[in-house]
Amino acid sequence: MSSPAITVTNVIKQFGRFAALRGVNAEFDSGKFYAILGDNGAGKTTLLRALAGLAHPTQGTISILGMTPPDACRQIGYMAHPSLLYDEMSGMENLRYFARLYGIAGDERCVEVVRAVGLDPELTRPVGQYSQGMRQRMSLARAILHDPKILLLDEPFSNVDVHSAGEMVHLLRGMRDSGKTLFVVTHQAALLQGVADEFIWMLAGQIVSRTPDLPAEFTGAGVR
Amino acid sequence: MSSPWSIMLATLAKDIRLEWRSKDALNSMLFFSLLVVVIFSFSFDPLAEESRHIAGGLIWVAILFAAVVALNQTWARELRNQVLDAYRVSPAPPNALFLAKAIGNFIFVSVLEALMTPLFIVFYNLRAVGPAWQLIPIALLGTWALVVNGTFFAAMSIRTRSREIMLPLLLFPVSIPAVIGMVAGTTAILTGDDPAHFWIILLLTYDVVFTTACLALFETVLQAE
Amino acid sequence: MKRAFPILAVITAVLLAYALYQALVVAPTDAQQGDVYRIIYYHVPSAWTAFLLFFINFIASVQYLADSKPTTKQAAKWIAVAVGVVGAVAAFVIPLPAGIRPSAIATTVLAIPVFYFLLGKYFPGEKLDVLAVTTAEVGVVFCTIVLVTGPIWARPVWGIWWAPGDIRLTSTLVLWLIYVSYLILRRFSDSAQTQKLAAALAVFGALDVPLVYFSIWFFRTQHPQPVIGGGGSMDPKMLDVLMISWTAFLFFAFLVCWSRYRLEILRREVEQAHAMQSLSGADSRVAVSSPDVSSRGSQ
Repeated sequence: MSSPAITVTNVIKQFGRFAALRGVNAEFDSGKFYAILGDNGAGKTTLLRALAGLAHPTQGTISILGMTPPDACRQIGYMAHPSLLYDEMSGMENLRYFARLYGIAGDERCVEVVRAVGLDPELTRPVGQYSQGMRQRMSLARAILHDPKILLLDEPFSNVDVHSAGEMVHLLRGMRDSGKTLFVVTHQAALLQGVADEFIWMLAGQIVSRTPDLPAEFTGAGVR
Repeated sequence: MSSPWSIMLATLAKDIRLEWRSKDALNSMLFFSLLVVVIFSFSFDPLAEESRHIAGGLIWVAILFAAVVALNQTWARELRNQVLDAYRVSPAPPNALFLAKAIGNFIFVSVLEALMTPLFIVFYNLRAVGPAWQLIPIALLGTWALVVNGTFFAAMSIRTRSREIMLPLLLFPVSIPAVIGMVAGTTAILTGDDPAHFWIILLLTYDVVFTTACLALFETVLQAE
Repeated sequence: MKRAFPILAVITAVLLAYALYQALVVAPTDAQQGDVYRIIYYHVPSAWTAFLLFFINFIASVQYLADSKPTTKQAAKWIAVAVGVVGAVAAFVIPLPAGIRPSAIATTVLAIPVFYFLLGKYFPGEKLDVLAVTTAEVGVVFCTIVLVTGPIWARPVWGIWWAPGDIRLTSTLVLWLIYVSYLILRRFSDSAQTQKLAAALAVFGALDVPLVYFSIWFFRTQHPQPVIGGGGSMDPKMLDVLMISWTAFLFFAFLVCWSRYRLEILRREVEQAHAMQSLSGADSRVAVSSPDVSSRGSQ
């Protein structure tokens, strides 16, 4: 078995008197779909941000494909509940700009990802006027623009209509099947039943269990 | 592969395009600058003999306050929807973003100056006794001095409570030598009493020192959570 | 350590009392200013103490920033040495504005690498930041004393409270403003990297002060201004009392800094211990290893 794609070693993340992550140890393989679950305040978002290089561990190390998260930025795609897009620009304008940040020239790649997430490249409406489902899809497009090996998605289905959510899950499954590694933080665990390879349950800043199937108490619970 | 320069230009172009589209901030800033000049002209009698001696100070203080209002919205668009996170996870160099924002602010504040200066000249009947062309390097260097540190401290203020007051609080003490330079230089040229050379050199030194410091430390500020 | 503190406190009290006696009784009366001048024995030592504390803060801030990456850590050490050597030589070679002695500049500049290595050795890692916040706070207190005693002295002697063109007083005011803004930034910052942001501000402040000095100096040459505190030489007996006073102030500053330093170290340890406890009461599953305050982890 090849070495793990991501290694988290004894990571502690402290915010003043509060420790969001209290000694997280884990290894993650490439090409797998990991669902991260837990109550509010369990540290899910902090863990994702630490993997993305947005939160610096107070102690411990994170290794992504053998590099620190900032060095591995070309292989990481990050998506959060805020859209990370400019409300005043259209979807394509946003993507064109972010493509420049990644050194991607021309429009072809932007058009490709917009179509891949099921949106219309000709849409000139500013992103601020999109529905939540459209906004999340465009945000996903931005995250996969540079074709990263690893995707970190923080609550991609929140406030999204059922139809869009289902389509997104289908999309993500396709990405996993094509070899990408996915981490999805969600409260709607039921959506990922049968799709995710592993369900990771966090509590009070630590990983407390990892199972291939959804823990029984979750089936049917989910949407808050 | 995008060079830092092309990323900087793309960012600057995007900001100018967005500013032009909404024109909200620009219009309200222009009107605010006009108001500042009018208030000053009521508070400091333009007809007095000494007006030539104090006009330099008045203009630059007015510009300073207008600039702070402009600088406070430097990162406003990046903070909505946490776009700054998207920049941070990309391989784009932080300094490209910083320079784009600083130059954007420079253009913005220069537009405000272009409005306020003729108004001051009109209200105060100003006429330069010394070499008027020297006002140009003073204006350019002085504006850059305010804007480069202003953009940097605006980024620092993002991570603080009372964001709008933190920017001037951090900016003013560090800007004091530049303000002395701008005011003394402008007064020297308006009154024709003294040469302005040293002030221009001082402003140039200030700009070089602090542009270097900003470029060296911006990544630290950007990556702060 | 616990016994040393009360002993030091007693020594400091004695020194301060002795300095007071020297200042008010033993020192000769000034020919021009009369007895009013005696405030100098509080004004000047406060200034020197404040400058020393801010200097330590600057060195600690630079080192704190440089130490976050191995490459910059090495580079900073070499730069510190280079600055010391080049600056010391330059002080004697480059013509300086009147009133500044080359030896004073050389000593200050050589102190940079000396302090850099001393601080790096005795205050590793996070302790540099604790030192920075300590010296900033105590420095602001002493700086406030300078700014209050300055006008009190100026009014009866020179007839004015303040002269904007007075280099020393105005530079001190700017230094005070910078460090007050530093303390406000530390208090108002929500960031997990507050310490680095504050260190960056300290660097900006340090770069600013020489520029302030020169800008006011040139302003004075164009617009002559009164000099508060006077220039010129000092009666050796007065100089002796000044040095006694400064020694007492240094002991006092050290005492207060030591107190504040210990307080801050303890506060951080408590915070860390709090953080490691479970969110909903004590949890025995968690291995509470209270990490050493001086370790930095990966930043």
